Amino acid sequence: MERVKVAIIGSGNIGTDLMYKLRRSRLLELTWMVGIVPESEGLRLARELGYKTTHRGIEELLEHADEFEIAFDATTARAHYRHAELLREAGKVAVDLTPAAVGPHVVPLVNLETHVEEPNVNLVTCGGQATVPIVAAIRRVAEVEYAEIVSTVASRSAGPGTRQNIDEFTQTTARALETIGGAERGKAIIILNPAEPPIIMRNTVYAVVRDGDREAIRASIVEMVRRVQEYVPGYRLKAEPLFDEEKVTVLLEVEGAGDYLPPYAGNLDIMTAAAVRVGEELGRHLLRKRAGAEVVRAD
Amino acid sequence: MGTRRVWITDTTLRDGDHAMAHEFRVEEVRAIARGLDEAGVPVIEVSHGDGLGGSSLQYGRSRVAEEELIAAAAEEIRRGKLAVLLLPGIGTRRELKRAVELGAKVVRIATHCTEADIAEQHIRMGKELGVEVHGFLMMAHMVGPEKLVEQARLMESYGADCVYVVDSAGAMTEGEVRARVRALREALRPETEVGFHAHNNLSLAVSNSVAAIEEGATRVDGSACGLGAGAGNAMTEVLVAVLEKLGVETGIDLFRIMDVAEEVVRPIMRHVPKIDRASLTIGYAGVYSTFLLHAYRAAERFQVDARDILIELGRRKVVGGQEDMIVDVAVELSRREAEEVHRASEIMW
Repeated sequence: MERVKVAIIGSGNIGTDLMYKLRRSRLLELTWMVGIVPESEGLRLARELGYKTTHRGIEELLEHADEFEIAFDATTARAHYRHAELLREAGKVAVDLTPAAVGPHVVPLVNLETHVEEPNVNLVTCGGQATVPIVAAIRRVAEVEYAEIVSTVASRSAGPGTRQNIDEFTQTTARALETIGGAERGKAIIILNPAEPPIIMRNTVYAVVRDGDREAIRASIVEMVRRVQEYVPGYRLKAEPLFDEEKVTVLLEVEGAGDYLPPYAGNLDIMTAAAVRVGEELGRHLLRKRAGAEVVRAD
Repeated sequence: MGTRRVWITDTTLRDGDHAMAHEFRVEEVRAIARGLDEAGVPVIEVSHGDGLGGSSLQYGRSRVAEEELIAAAAEEIRRGKLAVLLLPGIGTRRELKRAVELGAKVVRIATHCTEADIAEQHIRMGKELGVEVHGFLMMAHMVGPEKLVEQARLMESYGADCVYVVDSAGAMTEGEVRARVRALREALRPETEVGFHAHNNLSLAVSNSVAAIEEGATRVDGSACGLGAGAGNAMTEVLVAVLEKLGVETGIDLFRIMDVAEEVVRPIMRHVPKIDRASLTIGYAGVYSTFLLHAYRAAERFQVDARDILIELGRRKVVGGQEDMIVDVAVELSRREAEEVHRASEIMW
């Protein structure tokens, strides 16, 4: 099977975890791991696994433009603004894991298919990755007047980017509940819990619905959870959805796969897992386009 | 203590919002704010119990939009300062800015006692807007004085004028309060004030507040009739009386504050905070006082003992804001109980 070559920019925790996940992809072939710190553990691990590495940043990667078609950016929002521009000029597709959001927010299973032509897509927040699919699942069978989510993550799994931009997290997630999930109004809350041993990421979704059939809502949620589990195996319902009058409550837990990041950091795992899923969809689309072009040439 | 001055922040219209199940009406807020102001309360806090933007399914929806309540209070307060509370992660700078536009002169930015760095944007914004900023380190019983000092210094470095030791769980005994307040007082710059916020779950709210003052706190919180989460806060009217006897100046007229408590607040109280088995368990287990009414509801719905829920939450080191864990734990306990009954019946077979 023809594979699509990809690169990771950012050799920190997220980039490194992503590397282990990409190793398992049958469609994507990781070629390069790009960092800026020579002694970075991520770069060392990448070298050991036989990937090409550089600590000279995106410029060196772009000198090998024929060695990747999709670049995953796991750096910072500020760095991504610059990377996005360079990747676009080089004709590469960018999957952005930073909060930069140069391209549209995507959540696999919900809105990705409408954005496969985009040169740059952004993985909406971890809270959004965990909860938007549930809101969308309810929205398939009922009108969602209001959706509210609460994400609780282990303090240790919340990096300085999240901490110093906590308002952006809640606002971006709330908007994603509306624009991607399909709720008329959205609200998001994030809580950091410092308990040791660290807690596994939890999410609670509350939805106020109109004209919803409880059994249909329940079944739609359960089906969605099963599909998210295909790329995030540790994504699960803590209890059956609860119904009180027009309110639906869904309690979720996200345990990470423990590839590089610890299992409690489900909030980070769901980002890297979703990134792979997004990369695969975009990769399939590139292959289809290429096959289509060849058919045209053959004619 | 000699003659000293202490500033009381009355939080009837914020912490009391929990006990009111977020049902405050405009006229009630007006009457209470006016009464407190006329009695000489220097700082009067008005917000959803969980801070600005707290109106939610997770914490309870406010009957009246908080903007409306804040604006109403601002119109009534003439001598004192209007304060608002904000918990980063729940509310955002947008609500903070709006509250200042509506007349807030003091903003209190609260985080869990180990997470001060999520408050940087908000504390800085408060200073930029030219208002007084108090940092609030919640659930302060969960860490020792050293850690608390580290976090208080962060808040101070962002610009906080005062840092509070917040006993959100009403779980601290006097020695624990003294050690924390003393550590902050010694570590922070002399111009940075230290405050203490009590809950009465162990019947220590007023005495702990006095201990905090003895250790150098210059700000303490109270609420009229103790209207607040869990077994309530230190009663403002009691604080005023006790401090007056100790020669500490509060600027509040004792009889007038008694009258506000008795005539304005008590008649509208829907839930009277008291030390009962559930609120006592909160203090004993060290969980967020706000969980009280949520735990009652979950206990009833899932037919489990509220105390079992609270103890389990304490064991799991759940922090403020995690109200969804109450239902989570209640579901789990009821399932476990059902399984035990099932097993017992199998054995009998």
